[in-house]
Amino acid sequence: MAIADRAPLLTIDGVSLRARLARAERSRKLKALGLILPLFLFVLITFLIPLGRMGYKSVVNEETFGRLDHTNQALSEWDGQSVPDEAAFAALAADLKAAQEQRQAGEIAKRINYEYAGAISKFKSITRTVSKMETGPYKEVFLEADKVWGDPRLWRTIRNASGHYTSYYWLSSIDLRHGAEGLESVPPDQAVFVDVYGRTFWIAGVVTVLTLILGFPVAYLLATQPAHRANLLMIFVMLPFWTSLLVRTTAWFVLLRSEGPLNDLAEMIVNQRFEMIFTRFGTIVAMTHIQLPFTLLPIYSVMKNIPPSHVRAARSLGAGPFHAFWKVYFPQTVPGIAAGCLLTFILCLGYYITPALVGGPRDQMVSYYVAYYMNNIINFGQAAALGAILLIITMVLYWAYNKLVGIDKMKLG
Amino acid sequence: MKPFNFRIDSKAELGSYKKVRHVEARANETFRRSSKVSAYREGVGLKRMSTSGSAFVNFIDVQKSYDGETLVVKDLNLPIRRGEFLTLLGPSGSGKTTTLMMLAGFEVPTHGRIELDGREINNVAPHKRNIGMVFQNYALFPHMTVEENLAFPLAVRKLSKADIDRKIENALAMVQLSQMRKRRPAQLSGGQQQRVALARALVFDPKLVLMDEPLGALDKQLREHMQLEIKHIHQSLGVTVVYVTHDQGEALTMSDRVAVFNDGAIQQLASPADLYEHPQNSFVAQFIGENNRLSGIVTELNGSHCRVKVGDAGEIRALPVGISNVGAKTTLSLRPERVRINPGDGACANQFEARVEELIYLGDHTRARVQVLGHANFVIKVPNSEGVPDLEPGSTIRIGWRAEDCRALDAF
Ligand SMILES: Nc1ncnc2c1ncn2[C@@H]1O[C@H](COP(=O)(O)OP(=O)(O)OP(=O)(O)O)[C@@H](O)[C@H]1O
Ligand SMILES: [Mg+2]
Repeated sequence: MAIADRAPLLTIDGVSLRARLARAERSRKLKALGLILPLFLFVLITFLIPLGRMGYKSVVNEETFGRLDHTNQALSEWDGQSVPDEAAFAALAADLKAAQEQRQAGEIAKRINYEYAGAISKFKSITRTVSKMETGPYKEVFLEADKVWGDPRLWRTIRNASGHYTSYYWLSSIDLRHGAEGLESVPPDQAVFVDVYGRTFWIAGVVTVLTLILGFPVAYLLATQPAHRANLLMIFVMLPFWTSLLVRTTAWFVLLRSEGPLNDLAEMIVNQRFEMIFTRFGTIVAMTHIQLPFTLLPIYSVMKNIPPSHVRAARSLGAGPFHAFWKVYFPQTVPGIAAGCLLTFILCLGYYITPALVGGPRDQMVSYYVAYYMNNIINFGQAAALGAILLIITMVLYWAYNKLVGIDKMKLG
Repeated sequence: MKPFNFRIDSKAELGSYKKVRHVEARANETFRRSSKVSAYREGVGLKRMSTSGSAFVNFIDVQKSYDGETLVVKDLNLPIRRGEFLTLLGPSGSGKTTTLMMLAGFEVPTHGRIELDGREINNVAPHKRNIGMVFQNYALFPHMTVEENLAFPLAVRKLSKADIDRKIENALAMVQLSQMRKRRPAQLSGGQQQRVALARALVFDPKLVLMDEPLGALDKQLREHMQLEIKHIHQSLGVTVVYVTHDQGEALTMSDRVAVFNDGAIQQLASPADLYEHPQNSFVAQFIGENNRLSGIVTELNGSHCRVKVGDAGEIRALPVGISNVGAKTTLSLRPERVRINPGDGACANQFEARVEELIYLGDHTRARVQVLGHANFVIKVPNSEGVPDLEPGSTIRIGWRAEDCRALDAF
């Protein structure tokens, strides 16, 4: 008899078995949900919501939206190439007057100044001028006060900034801007960010490779030594882990200084002092030191789980020591290498304090600029866009990495 | 010898497999019948063997210490013949793996020589020894498929692609895993992994194969099945096998000869039947099979017979094996199945009154625990056949055994 022909199975008290099972499953699922709820809320509040806010800030005209509505409307018909007509000047004057009354005119000036250097002083003086005027015409007054008001680029900037959303921060993060004919590169003297990203990924890559080259043999040694010796070695490896990042970075600062002990030694030996502090070299050395355990530990824990009998089996099957290592041992460590390198690479992308202390101006990484825009310029939009782009590139790399290595093969231990 | 042409018929296999279960239960009959032949064929004592010159593998005065303080292997002299199945049997920590590792080249002897095919191999690297090896955890390479695992030793030897393919096919057919070529070890059951390990150790036609407790991780049924399979493969290929186990049933089932290890030294090297019938010392008697032990003092010793006083109760006539003088302490060893109930007057030199303490019915035989000569744990195996008297717990019976069956060994 086929199973489908049968009547539904019933439990002793007559409820269908399937319903029973569903009920039992449901309460199990609820319990599981209850267990992960605190973590879920924590992640939501501390990670997802800030991330969403960051994305929002990077595209919104926070300083100007709603304060340049008249101007926005007046410029809607404008061709973008010529000097706008009187209506546009009048609208801007009205908006500035209104903003001045609410003490918000400075905000508008600051926002326009991001895109149009020097705009802030022009805005301040014209705001003062129009506040005293009862009626127009404004165009002459503007143009008389400063020729800059006849520049279509300024007006394009004002138009772009008066809408709700802007692509300015994102474009500027990759050294692009809106020009007269669509997108264009920013002038070379302002183009820094592509270079910063390139530098960030380059430094992270070099540090990752160095930690791998230095860490792999140590991990192998640790995994193959008898326990008591391995434990001692392990303490040396873990020592950097247990001291604060700032302390270690400061220690490197002291070591690498031109009057530091390393240079004293160099002076004694080769009679010459080297420039090590505030250089790319110093940055990479310090970062490699700090990141070494992160690369090493996943590799170590994977190696620890490779039975020594595998290499022995390979040897007994006729493989020489190197062949056995390369064909049998090494491939089994790849998941650990993958995990360790990914961890180090991603952590390196976010480095801030170490390059800031031991690197030179040309060694600063993306995080430095994020902090700079947040703390010094108070330009959250730019900071958010820089951060978001870093996040996106990292996720793309992670995705590509996953395709190549396979995250399911990766082992953190 | 035609390599890898052997296939096991599964029905016939199952039959013989059932037969070897309860090795111990049937030990009585089997060993009595085979003992004479094998005593003639293989019953060469340890001392004579160690001077044999034609051994395929030879350990000569080998010692091994890991820490420089204790000897893990003491003065090992072990000649292994070409084509034989030799088992190293012993309790945990007795130095079996160490011995095997020295032969494979993963441990260096602290002293002495190891010869393979007449050549000293002390300083030959493991990969140049051409010795197949099966590890307890199989040591299959997890990142390679079954096929790649088997190709590994062949590729190292730079065989042509066609040869490699053919050899893999043959080896997998031998262990009946031809359909599993593309699987990874993690996708195989324990027994299948075991077979792949076996095939891999044999695929490059080594003359010598070492196995360190290869069946230790399998369940009892599968283990017994694999024992026969390995045994058959050994017979059909003619390779020399050195096998390590601490399971005496396994050793007795599979081996041509067994070297019983204890405390880093060989206690006895003999055929399975010989080990069971003629243990040379009380460790072997105790370790292999079941055994009644009675300790006493030698009161009389003349060539092939001796008398031993056990407690105050009586004197036993026994075969002197490990004793040298009158007055020495000795342990008497007597197999439970050699004890007779109500023996005829002339049949047994030793006859005593015994009280039945406990009876356990085990199908083909009954185990009786009796009290005799002050020993409460004296065990008798009584076959459940016609003409054997019914026993009652608490009753007194007369038991006896022959002097030749009772071996006076060293004091334990
Ligand atoms: N690498 C090592 N270093 C130090 N001592 C060791 C080493 N390997 C084994 N030993 C010691 O040597 C002795 C014999 O070990 P071995 O592994 O040869 O025993 P075994 O007979 O194979 O035992 P088992 O049946 O448990 O596998 C043991 O006391 C063990 O502790
Ligand atoms: Mg062992």
